[in-house]
Amino acid sequence: MAAQQIVIVNTGCANISSVKFAVERLGIPVAVSDDLNTIKKADKVFLPGVGSANAAMDSIHKKQLVSCIQELTQPVLGICLGMQLMVEKSAESLNDSTPCLGLIPGQVKRMQVDELRLPHMGWNTVTPIGDAPLFKGIDSGSYFYFVHSFAVALSEFTMASCQYAMDFSAGIHKDNFFGVQFHPERSSDAGSQLLKNFIDL
Amino acid sequence: MLARRIIPCLDVKDGKVVKGVKFRNHEIIGDIVPLAQQYAEQGADELVFYDITASSDQRVVDKSWVTRIAQVIDIPFCVAGGIKTVADAGKILEMGADKISVNSPALADPELITRLHDTFGQQCVVVGIDSFYNEETGQYQVHQYTGDETRTQVTAWQTADWVKEVQQRGAGEIVLNCMNQDGVRKGYDIEQLFAIRQSCAVPLIASGGAGESVHFKNVFEQADVDGALAASVFHKGIIPIPELKAYLRQQNIAIRD
Repeated sequence: MAAQQIVIVNTGCANISSVKFAVERLGIPVAVSDDLNTIKKADKVFLPGVGSANAAMDSIHKKQLVSCIQELTQPVLGICLGMQLMVEKSAESLNDSTPCLGLIPGQVKRMQVDELRLPHMGWNTVTPIGDAPLFKGIDSGSYFYFVHSFAVALSEFTMASCQYAMDFSAGIHKDNFFGVQFHPERSSDAGSQLLKNFIDL
Repeated sequence: MLARRIIPCLDVKDGKVVKGVKFRNHEIIGDIVPLAQQYAEQGADELVFYDITASSDQRVVDKSWVTRIAQVIDIPFCVAGGIKTVADAGKILEMGADKISVNSPALADPELITRLHDTFGQQCVVVGIDSFYNEETGQYQVHQYTGDETRTQVTAWQTADWVKEVQQRGAGEIVLNCMNQDGVRKGYDIEQLFAIRQSCAVPLIASGGAGESVHFKNVFEQADVDGALAASVFHKGIIPIPELKAYLRQQNIAIRD
C-alpha cells in the first residue's frame, strides 16, 4: 500500500504527542495539523483530546474546524475526550450543556458509580460488539486504559462496551466516524493493535 | 472489571534512576528509558517518575527525558517533582506525560491544584502526599520538601485534612506515601491507608513499605487502594512483576493480564 497521509487534528489538547508517538511506534509517519486542507486530504484522521469538553470545543471553534471535521468522509478516530466531542452534546459544561460535533447520535453524561471512585482511572476490560473492525484480532475482555468521569451510554452506535458500576460505551461508530473512550496510545499491545486496525481500514 | 494497578516508581536524579532508604543515601539504579521500557514489557500498569532533586533545588531541571519515555512507552506514566506552575505542568504534558503530580509546591500554594484542574482537567492532576506518623502525638502529619533532608519540614496539615482539601481543589488521584514505611520493606501502612480511604473519593495509590508479594495482596484487600506503588523491590529484582501479578490473580484480585 502507498504511504498513507495520517493526520492528528491539533485540538490544542495535551495528549497529542502521546497519540503521535503511538502511531510512529507502528512505523507510520503522522502529521499534527489544524490546517483545513491538510486535514481534508488525509487518508485517516485522529481527533485526540483530554481536558474538558467546553474548553476543547472552544478551541475547535476558534480554529474554525467544526464544519471541516463534520464534512470528513475518510475514517476518523476520536480518542477519549475526542470521542465525546463526536456526539451531540456533553453535560461537561460551564452552562447546561456543551454542544459537540454531532457526528454520532448520543450524549455525554457524568458517570453514576455509587461508592466507586471517579475518575474511572486504570485498566478495564472491554467487550466488542459484533465483529467491530477496530477490534479485529483483539480478544473480547482485553484490558484498555481509561481515564474519565463522563461517558456515553450504550446505544445502537456502541461498538464496544465497558462496565464500571454502570455499562457505558467504550467505543462508538457511525459511518466513517469511530470513537473510543479509552486511550489506545496507552493501552499496550491491545491498544497498538486497535490503532493498526484503524490505519488499515 | 477495573484492575488494581501495580506501579513501579522511578526516582530520578540528574537523569538517572536512584533509590534511597527513608529518603536518604541515594544510589544509582540505572538509566531511565531502558528501565521504563523493561517495566512496561514486564506488565507494569503504570509508571511514576519522581524527580527528587527538583522540588528542593532552585535550578531549572532538564526534563527532556519525558519525551524520550513517551516515545517508547505504551502504558500511562506520571511525572512528579519540580512542577510549580501551570506552565511547568503544560510542558510536561505536551512532552507526552499522561499525568503530573504535585507535592511540596501544592503545600506552598494550594491554589496551584485548582489552577491545574481548571487548565488541564481533573484526570491529569495527581497530588502526592508525604505523611509521617508521629508516635508522640499519635497523629499523621504532612511533610514538605522531603527530597532534601536538610530542608524537610513538618507542615501544619494533618494528613486526613489535606486529603480532603486537595480533593475539593480538583485532584484526580492521590498518592499517599507513608514515610515511616518507606524503603524498609515491612509492608504498606494498612491502618493509615484504610483510614484515608474512607475520605478519599478519587483513586488512592499506596506508597511506601512493599517488601513481599503478600504486602500487595494485603493493601488491596484491607485498605481498598486502587494501586500500589513500589520502587526498590522492583529495581532490585526482589519481586518480579510477572510473578507478582500471577500471585495476585491467584488470590482473586483483579489484575490486568
